[in-house]
Amino acid sequence: MATGSTTPIAATARAEASPLPGLIKDAGLFALVTLGLCVPIVSYRTDLGQGIGLVITTRWGTVLALCAAIFVLRLVQQLYLTGRARRRAARAPVVEGASRLAAILAPITLVIALTLPLLATLLTGSLGEGRYWIDLGILILTYVMLGWGLNIVVGLAGLLDLGYVAFYAVGAYSYALLSTVFGLSFWICLPLAGLFAAAFGVLLGFPVLRLRGDYLAIVTLAFGEIIRLVLINWTDFSGGAAGISSIPRVSFFGLPFTAGENGFAATFGLSFNAMHRLVFLYYLILVLALVTNLVTLRMRRLPLGRAWEALREDEIACRSLGIDTTITKLTAFALGAMFAGFAGSFFAVRQAFVSPESFNFLESAIILAIVVLGGMGSQIGVAIAAIVMIGGPELLRNLGFLKAVFGEGFDPNEYRLLLFGLAMVAMMVFRPRGLISERTPSVTIAERGR
Amino acid sequence: MSVAGINVLVEETRALQAPLLDVRGVSAYYGSIQALKGVDLHVKEGEIVALIGANGAGKSTLMMTIFGQPQARTGSITYAGRDITRMATHEIARLNIAQSPEGRRIFSRMSVRENLQMGAALHGGRYFAEDLERMCVLFPRLKERLDQRGGTMSGGEQQMLAIARALMSRPRLLMLDEPSLGLAPLIVKQIFSAVRDLNEREGLTVFIVEQNAYHALKLAHRGYVMVTGAVTMSGTGRELLDNPQVKAAYLEGGQH
Repeated sequence: MATGSTTPIAATARAEASPLPGLIKDAGLFALVTLGLCVPIVSYRTDLGQGIGLVITTRWGTVLALCAAIFVLRLVQQLYLTGRARRRAARAPVVEGASRLAAILAPITLVIALTLPLLATLLTGSLGEGRYWIDLGILILTYVMLGWGLNIVVGLAGLLDLGYVAFYAVGAYSYALLSTVFGLSFWICLPLAGLFAAAFGVLLGFPVLRLRGDYLAIVTLAFGEIIRLVLINWTDFSGGAAGISSIPRVSFFGLPFTAGENGFAATFGLSFNAMHRLVFLYYLILVLALVTNLVTLRMRRLPLGRAWEALREDEIACRSLGIDTTITKLTAFALGAMFAGFAGSFFAVRQAFVSPESFNFLESAIILAIVVLGGMGSQIGVAIAAIVMIGGPELLRNLGFLKAVFGEGFDPNEYRLLLFGLAMVAMMVFRPRGLISERTPSVTIAERGR
Repeated sequence: MSVAGINVLVEETRALQAPLLDVRGVSAYYGSIQALKGVDLHVKEGEIVALIGANGAGKSTLMMTIFGQPQARTGSITYAGRDITRMATHEIARLNIAQSPEGRRIFSRMSVRENLQMGAALHGGRYFAEDLERMCVLFPRLKERLDQRGGTMSGGEQQMLAIARALMSRPRLLMLDEPSLGLAPLIVKQIFSAVRDLNEREGLTVFIVEQNAYHALKLAHRGYVMVTGAVTMSGTGRELLDNPQVKAAYLEGGQH
């Protein structure tokens, strides 16, 4: 019925909105005006010559670049505006489009993630050359995992946690201390780190049970800082600001990644390559992240996970339905913290060095930004947001060609945070509810048959 | 028969005679403001009892106090022979009291089906399929919208959902807070007739708080009138409807 009434409108909108030539003409006009303005202002520049007089240098390249930029920007703006008008005319199909987009993106992202070491090797020539990409992949996946972990607390249970990095720190120091002091292996420390972090999650959960919104955010923020300050000042325990170094490296379930007799390479008859460890670390964090995702997806279908979501919607209604909100909140804190603990011990084993420096508030803010940008509660949205937030600034390092446009002195690196800010503002304007804002129901018609 | 056996028998008979819900001398405060001033009322098994009163009389507060939030400062609340005065809200809910709270409070981002699932959470989904069918019969409007997000429905549909969600826990006592608020007369009629159905066919005990005195008293077996935190009148629904004072204060403007 709804489509019946909107289709004619959508059709007319499409008929009206097809004039691409008109748009190009419009953008060309803008470029022409830019050219006119640029000729007197930009194209001639006077510098002090060797003698007394001034020397005129022409900068036609810059003028052309500016005109081209204006042309493209105007075209994009117009295309966006007509697109929006069209979307307004037929709103329902767009919502469908968003979830369909997520359905397409998820498997593509997964396949790329699974084959990244291979892709990096193929594209750069050798495994050693691909190191940068695998390193970047590990970094992004760590944040994807942290994002998914925090998503349980913020996205599902609706508890705003600004101190999430504290649990990351607990996990990292758990492994660092257990391995350096007691000589425990990574595979024993990993679950222990998760348990410790979960215990800290409950510890934070108790005092904040009655708090919501702003007040909760402030207390969690303080909690994150307390953990960091304790790590800095309790020198006997944590090594203070200097941190803990020479943490044992990861082993292949007991086989060390060394060139020796008992090493991983020798055991499997491979020639030793330092990259083996890195590839192994990559798949380790990929598995950890996927486990986080699977657990979250599974939880959403269980009564407890549904209680989290209901809690986010309305706490009073939850209680009057017989849901124990104390247990519900504490489990959300504990489970979210546990995954941060896993990620933390992974961080420690990868860096072989931890210090309080790595667990400042900015980290919490980045993880929270990933969850919020991803669209609270959407798994694929969080993954994409992590790629954009962590991978995006990294890619900027490689934009050397911009030097040709803006002159030799231009260093794109210095503008990273500026672009970051622009991206955030753009998000606020165009997708204020996150990249993937559609919530998928945990039960659908297909299940009715059961 | 052993002494213990006789005692159990005595207990059971007493339980049968005693009201299902018994509120005695309950007072409650919001900070230092006294919202309830020693309220006495009771609801017997199988009854529909209405509590009417003007805005701010404390009707909703009484409802919330029975549910433990805020807790009563003095007095006692007994449900099925158990003192629930000091119990936590979710524990009270687990005693088979269901509430459709003021302002409906449905989970607006969750689908209708998920909302109903939350209502059935106490039973862990054991009777879910069966109860879902019952709700679809009781409120056919919900059946059409099972996979729609709760928040996108009309006010009347949301009210139906709130009641259906409460019923999903298979309550012995259903408490409704202003089910007619902001709804079209036709929808109000549908909702009230559904409640009467439940009472007549399944013997469900209902405690209903309403401003819409006419409809509520017509539906109810007995009624109470509340004025500034205290019960001032009680009687059968018919008696209260015919009472000139009630007529003047709450039924002015005719029968709508």
